[in-house]
Amino acid sequence: MAMLEVKDLQVYYGLIQAIKGVSFEVNQGEVIALIGANGAGKTTILHTITGLIQPKAGSVIFEGKDITKVPGHKIVSMGMAHVPEGRRVFANLSVYQNLKMGAYIQKDKKVIGETLEMIYKHFPRLEERKNQLAGTLSGGEQQMLAMGRALMSTPKMILMDEPSMGLSPLLVKEVFSIIEYCHESGITILLVEQNAKMALGIADRAYVLETGNITMSGNAAEMLENEDVKKAYLGV
Amino acid sequence: MSFITYVISGISLGSVYAIIALGYSMVYGIAKMLNFAHGDVIMVGGFVVYSLTSSMGMPPIVAVVCSMIFCTILGVAIERIAYRPLRNAASSLAVLITAIGISYFLQNIALIIYGSSPKIFSSVITIPPLKLADGALTISGETVVTIAACIVIMVGLTLFINKTKAGQAMLAVSEDRGAASLMGINVNGTIALTFAIGSALAAVAGVLLCSAYPSLSPYTGAMPGIKAFVAAVFGGIGSIPGALIGGILLGLIEALSKAYISFQLSDAIVFAALIVVLLVRPTGILGRQIQEKV
Repeated sequence: MAMLEVKDLQVYYGLIQAIKGVSFEVNQGEVIALIGANGAGKTTILHTITGLIQPKAGSVIFEGKDITKVPGHKIVSMGMAHVPEGRRVFANLSVYQNLKMGAYIQKDKKVIGETLEMIYKHFPRLEERKNQLAGTLSGGEQQMLAMGRALMSTPKMILMDEPSMGLSPLLVKEVFSIIEYCHESGITILLVEQNAKMALGIADRAYVLETGNITMSGNAAEMLENEDVKKAYLGV
Repeated sequence: MSFITYVISGISLGSVYAIIALGYSMVYGIAKMLNFAHGDVIMVGGFVVYSLTSSMGMPPIVAVVCSMIFCTILGVAIERIAYRPLRNAASSLAVLITAIGISYFLQNIALIIYGSSPKIFSSVITIPPLKLADGALTISGETVVTIAACIVIMVGLTLFINKTKAGQAMLAVSEDRGAASLMGINVNGTIALTFAIGSALAAVAGVLLCSAYPSLSPYTGAMPGIKAFVAAVFGGIGSIPGALIGGILLGLIEALSKAYISFQLSDAIVFAALIVVLLVRPTGILGRQIQEKV
């Protein structure tokens, strides 16, 4: 059974249909890439999954439970975290406060302490800057903070929205190695990216989204070789 | 000695403004709206105490608690019925206009029930005045209680925001509603809680205000409401210490200009001071300079 199943999702902004009946699934332990151009609807799909937007039709099923109508704030405690586009760290709170906010749903202080330690181990930069305001971090550090914050909820699955956006090639590599680390520690990942090359390089399977429709899907490695994908998304 | 008396009365008046300004400031910071009906909740708080003590003979302290509960429910109900449906409206003007509508609604309900002639509000504060410097300086019980209440509320709220989970949720919601929701924070619940706290404080402010200036009419809340709004902007809207500083400063400016410049012009001087502050520091005294890195 798929961990996350999106069925015939339709989302409107006013009268404009942004998502025109999208279906896909993510299995436990997989890294799934959702690639597509600007405005294809990638972010909209993630926002709909985590309840920030309500779809007009279709359903989102997470671990066998229909979460389409579940209010957004209840989804994270079911084990799904979301690293939003543009990082959206709490700029006027310290790095430490941001991480604590990520563990908002976690009641066990011991678990919070252990997760925090684990995150500091993997993101030593965050520990160095734990008392600094998040708004004063560099873009790469903010991305790490956003990822660390999502990990603080000890999720089973993470949705990542354009984690490489606006970062230098070196930092993009660092971010992707963190995604790999999450994957290795057993977290299922749905990755939305414009950087198709990096995303396909890390993913098991991929879906291509074009103006609200999925136009292609399949094995990520094969897709890297696909002529259409190459032309449209890899700039070859 | 009279100067000190004026300063003390300014601080006392300022403390009331600060308590009201807190409500404005918290709601603005967290719900991102100006609740112009906030001043009228003060008036409702005053009338509840007036009714319970003068017509039903309840002891003042019980009446004050009842009034706080009543205003809390009223504030949450206003938010739920009038403001929440407009939260995602295309224009933030819609909710502002609704707030003004609620303000008139509350005033007119009070007008129907109590009529337009001011009622005499008997002070609920019974502690004796404080005599200092061999009786040369007298501080009324109302002043003592008002200043004490303001300090207790400020300290309590600061602790609440920094030490409790609900307080942290407020911080998160004030920064980024969407991201807060992704953390598992119930945004609607947090905003409702903010209205509850702000309205309970408005009830306290109403009682303190009417105890110091013992007249109560349906329009009692309007002017203090606007001045507290000025105080909130003065100090930096969205900031709790800002509301305190803004409130006290406003009270001092008002009391001193009444005493030394002109009684009639005092309000004009208050608003002129606001204009000057905003020209020099557009975000208020403690307001955050908008700094964001992308």
